[in-house]
Amino acid sequence: MSDATRSATRGEICAIACADAFRGNGEILASCFGTAPAIGARLAKATFEPDLLMTDGVCTVVEEPNPVSGPGHDLVVEAWLPFRAIFDHLWNGNRHVIMAASQIDRFGNHNFACIGEHSKPKAQLLGMRGAPGNTISHTTSYWVANQTAKVFVPKVDVVSGVGNDRAAKLNPASTRGHDVRFVISNLAVYDFQTPDRSMRLKSVHPGVSVDQVIENTGFELTIEGDVPETRMPTAEELSLIRDKIDPKGFLGREVPNPE
Amino acid sequence: MDKRTTEREAVSELRDGMTIGIGGWGSRRKPMSIVREILRSSVKDLTVVTYGGPEVGLLCNAGKIDKLIYGFVSLDSIALEPHFRKARQAGAIKAAELDEGMLQWGLLAASHRLPFLPTRSGLGSDVLEINPDIKLVKSPYDDAEELVAMPAIELDVAFIHMNRGDARGNGQYLGPDPYFDDMYCRAAKRRFMTVEKIMPTADMAGEGPLQTRIINRTMVDGVIEAPNGAHFTECPPDYGRDEAFQKEYAATAKDEDAWLEFKKTYLDLESEAEYQEAVAKR
Repeated sequence: MSDATRSATRGEICAIACADAFRGNGEILASCFGTAPAIGARLAKATFEPDLLMTDGVCTVVEEPNPVSGPGHDLVVEAWLPFRAIFDHLWNGNRHVIMAASQIDRFGNHNFACIGEHSKPKAQLLGMRGAPGNTISHTTSYWVANQTAKVFVPKVDVVSGVGNDRAAKLNPASTRGHDVRFVISNLAVYDFQTPDRSMRLKSVHPGVSVDQVIENTGFELTIEGDVPETRMPTAEELSLIRDKIDPKGFLGREVPNPE
Repeated sequence: MDKRTTEREAVSELRDGMTIGIGGWGSRRKPMSIVREILRSSVKDLTVVTYGGPEVGLLCNAGKIDKLIYGFVSLDSIALEPHFRKARQAGAIKAAELDEGMLQWGLLAASHRLPFLPTRSGLGSDVLEINPDIKLVKSPYDDAEELVAMPAIELDVAFIHMNRGDARGNGQYLGPDPYFDDMYCRAAKRRFMTVEKIMPTADMAGEGPLQTRIINRTMVDGVIEAPNGAHFTECPPDYGRDEAFQKEYAATAKDEDAWLEFKKTYLDLESEAEYQEAVAKR
């Protein structure tokens, strides 16, 4: 391990895990909520997934999206993608989104709509947004910047993103695009590679113990044998993040480095 | 036919309990001069259909909304509309929250005069719990798939804001995204379009390419010239969002005195002209 690699922050490890979520995706639209996912998608596109499509966040597909911290270069437009065409695109299935989660359960049911009863919520959050249509139509992963047992819950208050147990009850034709793939948190990476498609601990970030993960999870997690560590960024990846993608260090605000 | 009219005339057609659609998206190209006129009117118990922005918070605060049919309510640079958050947490409105794509489908169904359009969006999610009136439909073909039958969202009145228009009701958007404004018009019985500038029809060709001319005059009953009428939402290329003003508006959700001051300065006015004067004086 080089000195550069050793200096990787927790946030940078999260961003790498987000980048790896897009590995093998090829020529699809990559969309992100949150800083670590936005960095991850840009990193994947700049390195091992050059064919990913990304938007400027408004209505154009661009060759190289702006740094996460704001305008950095002249954008080269590849295509026009207004909101109505985004719906056409996502219903067609050609997309992998990483959405932030305020709550997520063992089967990947997701909530960022509100806390409490929907008719009179204790806390109104983002709302349903496009989560129901996204999750039923194409690959979805989730990002949790601060994992606690209040986020990884036995039951979400409102289902905005459809989890595996609910999808299993639908007609298989309806779920041809449904694919809840990864959950990436500030502590670990999870997938659903279990017989009942419930959540499994895939890797813990360097410096995080399995006990720490269990403490911060409000449901029973599948843990198989020795859990591997999430990979460290390469020196090239670190310099891409620090010099090009996030020169103002937004990532450190989203994921503070543990003391 | 000359369809030029005023915000006051247009809003005078509203009746308590009507369903109105408001074009634009979030804090982008919203017919705000109309919204401000609704605030000045006595109309109430509206059902509002929208990809919501600040019009939702303003109408909630004025007690104008009975039911909201919406994909989201955001100020874009501020992720959640804080006055809407307050209204929701007080249980002040009936919230018929949809997936963003379902809202488009409901407007498109109404604009095609269909009872519903099928979609997978909503299946398995709590959108169907929140909206128990939305039913499923079985495909009549061999697949027999069960789909969401998104019902048509029929509007009594639609309001949209365009960059340019003529006196007959042809409209042109010059920004990057048409949003769903054409669908709002076709979904409604009565349609009013505010524009930054009314100009002779022949001059509109010089403003932008043919593809910007999405509103034809059969889709519009009244045209209102409203320069800066989308303020404080963005209306590119004519102007961007007034972020400082939006921030001030958002901050009043947490400070009752600040809200009363904002209301007095910008809302308790006689006309749109007075509003624009107050904004210019900042």
